[in-house]
Amino acid sequence: MYSLDRKVSRISAQDRSPQDQSGKSSKAPAQTLRIPLRFFTETEAAIIAAAASRIFPSDDAGPGAREAGVVIYIDRQLAGPWGRDAHRYTHEPFDDGLVAEFGYQGKANPREIYRQGLKGLAGFDALTPAQQDEKLKQIESSLFFTTLRRNTIEGMFCDPIHGGNADMVGWQLIGFPGPRMSNFTDIDTHYGQAFRPKPVSLKQVSANPVRPSEEGT
Amino acid sequence: MKNLPHVDAVIIGGGWTGLLMAHELAKHTPLSVAVLERGGARQSADYAGGMDELEFNVRFRMMQDYGLETVTLRYTSRDRAVPIRQLGNFLPGLGTGGAGEHWGAVCPRYVADLFELYTKTVERYGAKRLPEDHAVVDWGVTWNEIEPYYTRGDKLLGVSGKAGNIRGKLIAGGNPFEGPRSEEYPTPPMKLPYVSSLFEDAAKKLGYHPYPNPAATPSVPYINPDGVSRPGCAYCGFCDRFGCMIGAKAQPTNTLLPLVQRQKSVSLRNNCSVRRIVFDKTAKRATGVQYVDANGEESFQPADVVFLGSWTLNNTRLLLLSGIGQAYDPATGKGTVGRNLTHQVNAPTQVFIEKPLNRFMGAAATGVCVSDFDGDAFDHSNLPFLRGGTFRVAGTGFQPVVSFGVVPSTVKARWGSEWKKAAIDWYDKVGTIGFAGEHIAYKTNYMDLDPRYKDHLGDPLLRLTLTWHENERNMVAFASAKANELARAMGAKEIIPAPSYERYDARRYQSTHVQGGTIMGRSPEASVVNPWGQSWELPNLFIMGASTFPQNGAANPTTSVLAFAYRTADAVIGRYLKSPAPLA
Repeated sequence: MYSLDRKVSRISAQDRSPQDQSGKSSKAPAQTLRIPLRFFTETEAAIIAAAASRIFPSDDAGPGAREAGVVIYIDRQLAGPWGRDAHRYTHEPFDDGLVAEFGYQGKANPREIYRQGLKGLAGFDALTPAQQDEKLKQIESSLFFTTLRRNTIEGMFCDPIHGGNADMVGWQLIGFPGPRMSNFTDIDTHYGQAFRPKPVSLKQVSANPVRPSEEGT
Repeated sequence: MKNLPHVDAVIIGGGWTGLLMAHELAKHTPLSVAVLERGGARQSADYAGGMDELEFNVRFRMMQDYGLETVTLRYTSRDRAVPIRQLGNFLPGLGTGGAGEHWGAVCPRYVADLFELYTKTVERYGAKRLPEDHAVVDWGVTWNEIEPYYTRGDKLLGVSGKAGNIRGKLIAGGNPFEGPRSEEYPTPPMKLPYVSSLFEDAAKKLGYHPYPNPAATPSVPYINPDGVSRPGCAYCGFCDRFGCMIGAKAQPTNTLLPLVQRQKSVSLRNNCSVRRIVFDKTAKRATGVQYVDANGEESFQPADVVFLGSWTLNNTRLLLLSGIGQAYDPATGKGTVGRNLTHQVNAPTQVFIEKPLNRFMGAAATGVCVSDFDGDAFDHSNLPFLRGGTFRVAGTGFQPVVSFGVVPSTVKARWGSEWKKAAIDWYDKVGTIGFAGEHIAYKTNYMDLDPRYKDHLGDPLLRLTLTWHENERNMVAFASAKANELARAMGAKEIIPAPSYERYDARRYQSTHVQGGTIMGRSPEASVVNPWGQSWELPNLFIMGASTFPQNGAANPTTSVLAFAYRTADAVIGRYLKSPAPLA
């Protein structure tokens, strides 16, 4: 299980019933959700959550990986077909020493890349933020780090159906409205003006959202 | 192996060309037809709940499964090829409709002189201007011969746009550099997103001739000549790499499939991977195809006529696996199967504009183009390259996973608070000026079978030997300089130039417009099929798709693929079936 502590986001705050809002300060209460892990151990999840939070911090610019639940997203991806390279060509031989333009040629799948990377991050979640940044700088050119960075962005901005972008915090941060079915009347209006419709998620717009591949068929 | 009952015609591939041919045969002939599609069944209604960026645009749910099969790549015939292990430089489709389901619906035609590229280039610049190792040839078709078929393709799709040249008369607002059209576009231009309107203004300011991008996401509801109707585009921004949620974007499943399914003479079989075209060498006839179905059972499907319409590279691979024709050998120049491998020269320039662009709205094909530097529209006498391409600023819906993180050069960090803040600030303020250029053919860019790597069935993978040459590098440098001027005129604060063309990059999406391998031409010594797509080797085998194109035109190829497929259909139905023999 992983405990995801997060502040109630703007959307949820708007959606709360009047009784909920009355008598409360403008500061939203923290909620704690207990979410079962599919791939990581609790220790591993705490380390990945801490590292993702340094890549995409919660700061003055807004919420980050912690609020979005990036670690939950990554956990599910690793447990699913992507984590075991189900759709990558993995026939031998694996040649190395090639120029980077040929793309990743290694044998290790994402699960193995994470497990290998985690070996070097024991106790990472107990470090101060400055120490954590220092540690990440040492590994920032590694395959593990570039994979984690990419997955962190995915977990920030994917549809919430995948476990990240909880309450669409990532989308609110950048003004992305999610799967909006029609922009027919808006596409050629608002020229030069920010047009920021309230985000909606796939489950809100579709009665039959496509089943995420990490959930199996 | 199971021997199946005979059919009159077997079609390999259930995408644009396969379903088009099935429909034409069913409409005009009594032939029994089997269509073999390697992927699963799909229909337009499947896409209603699919606006999921991660699933479709990042994990590529609609694409070929590289876990089963890929291609290998090397730069020269001296190198050892390695597999392209994950989807990147191109995105082949899988399932009914093929890549025609997830395409972006950008629908330009080729420039008129492309079909006589060798002749026209030599006429204007002399033979010495062609690169030493070029493989540039004429196609054996002229603009006037193919134009009526383009018009049929446009009507099938309901392409939106504005003609610039109707029967030689130039029309303001269209593309003055296009070949003469017989008619105006079937539907009027689409609405423009803000970033495209900024580009249009900039292009006008610089004296160019901007025009609306031709789009198969029609601006208005459309009923095509077959009576199939589709709604107009809603600009949701989920086009490219998705099936259309509302069925506006032209896809094989919402244009041809409903017609084909109505025909009792056609059977569409899914999950059937064709492994060999079987032929009788003495009789010079294809006798049918061998395929494996979802249960792993091998079958032989006998047929009188075989149509090969799989994804472009797979056409070449299937001929090589089947041993039809002679494999091309770059050392001797002998053989034809695999020659003239080309890929579109795409060079995007990113433009930082200090205004919100609302880039989540749009369609991959709505936008503005500039073709002042396309083909031979400008004089190359004093330029270090031949040919050119089209600039395009399209309204491809910006989706956050793939587009977040672009920051100005002053920001060095790629993670942490400084990067995050800059990436949020700039998220909706970066546009892209695309450039799609021609890739001429070279003797050294070709395909054969890989000696080391196999697919999940044990068949050798296709091996690409492919690299960029000086012509492409110099063209990209020229285009980038022009894009820079356009970007400045758009009010750019900063510009990220196009990536390097030093080496072919299998990681970066180039386009799915890879071509050649089974090229058309006027002689069996230099081509695989005649200009009607008929195999020189086996006159009852017809090949459709961009594998038959000897050069890569700058334009995205789908309308050209459809035009040539219609031309093949007419030749087969009108002439070949009446007198089965080589066409001339």
